Amino acid sequence: MPSGQPDVLIVGAGVVGAACALALAREGARVLVIDADFVGGGSTAAAMGHLVVMDDSEPELQLTAYSRQLWSELSEELPQECEDERRGTLWVASAPEEMDAVREKRERYARHGIAAEVVDERTLAEMEPHLRRGLAGALHVPDDCVLYPPAAARYFADRARELGAEVREQCMAESVDGRTVRISERAGAEYLVSAGAVVNAAGIDSPRLTPGLQIIPRKGQLLITDRYPGLCGCQIVELGYLHSAHTLGGASVAFNVQPRATGQLLIGSSRELVGRDPEVNRELLGSMLERAIEFMPVLARCNATRAWTGFRPATPDALPLIGPWEGAEGVWIAAGHEGLGITMAPGTGALIADSIMGRTPAIDLAPFAPGRSMPAAAEPAGL
Amino acid sequence: MGESVEIVVDGERVRVSEGMTLASALMDAGVIAFRVSVSGAPRAPICGMGSCFECRVTVNGRQHQRSCLIPCAEGMVVETGSGAGRGDAE
Repeated sequence: MPSGQPDVLIVGAGVVGAACALALAREGARVLVIDADFVGGGSTAAAMGHLVVMDDSEPELQLTAYSRQLWSELSEELPQECEDERRGTLWVASAPEEMDAVREKRERYARHGIAAEVVDERTLAEMEPHLRRGLAGALHVPDDCVLYPPAAARYFADRARELGAEVREQCMAESVDGRTVRISERAGAEYLVSAGAVVNAAGIDSPRLTPGLQIIPRKGQLLITDRYPGLCGCQIVELGYLHSAHTLGGASVAFNVQPRATGQLLIGSSRELVGRDPEVNRELLGSMLERAIEFMPVLARCNATRAWTGFRPATPDALPLIGPWEGAEGVWIAAGHEGLGITMAPGTGALIADSIMGRTPAIDLAPFAPGRSMPAAAEPAGL
Repeated sequence: MGESVEIVVDGERVRVSEGMTLASALMDAGVIAFRVSVSGAPRAPICGMGSCFECRVTVNGRQHQRSCLIPCAEGMVVETGSGAGRGDAE
């Protein structure tokens, strides 16, 4: 243990905790980050890495737009292993009646200054010749990006270290009592650390340390293929994803394919509430791939390299918990980003730094208040 | 071994025995890099029985086929990591 107490102790070195560490280290704060595993593990390591502006609600649009802007400012300095690529997103409409939703989405983006263009059937076929014929069109959001999330988290942590932060891996937070955290190291040592402020950025594990946080693990599955360079150019997502992705309850799948810098394709997506069972649900994986093949028939001929699962820290109202925790002086929460943790990480880091430093945050934090009233979390569907 | 047949390896015509594995035929033909890794390193068969996936080549336009499991057939067109197209690292 180093001498002197940290100004800020951050629990969790996923992409969100690491981004908070960097933002606070930049303020000159003495930062200690601990992680039970390693930097960029957990949900970060399992994530797709789609930097995407989402518009299910006004606060979500604000935060994703703000955070994507911060990512784009970082793109020059991100190391190559982050595989940061401006691929753009294509929100694909299967049926003509979905084109109304495409146009509404474009209007919402336009009001926030987010570039987006409506793409007709023929242009869509030219842009992505491997999509099946007969799709109605799409919304193209050219400034959305993809990157490799664990490498981005490591980059944040490394930059924070250069600014004096200390990062301790294999260190589990046993409990948080006000500004004091009980830490047990994998190697056996156990001790207390008191800090000026504690940030709980422990993702799906955060309610264990701060009882009352409404976060439940929402399992997802991804599959990655061999290298097939050029099979698709954009990250392609079915527009129906908006409907299937954000309802708590039963299992669902949606078409979502992402081209990686290596030429591999990352195929998603699925959502289910089954606690923390990490096994691949092969039946659901089958449905997920059938859905993907329906949109992009050529995928049926691709080799899969592996499939894995991860847990999105989901909240009942689909917004993250960012800000001071009313239940304990000196405790901040930065968790519950569900499937948008990578996109929202730099924005969350900036907002947490604003809040801890006592500045007016760049975005109104009220919709993200960790203690806000929310509908009760749905019970796991038990599928 | 069966009849002699002709296959095309990286644009070159090669005579091989029909039914021999493509991996064997490619080794006979002097192919070193069956494919190349993400970082550009040459790869060649290790196991010869379909497990290691190191012998993958493009066969008749279909990428990532395990050459150790494919019998040679007349007219087969094969692209490897030794060819101008550099196999799957295009």
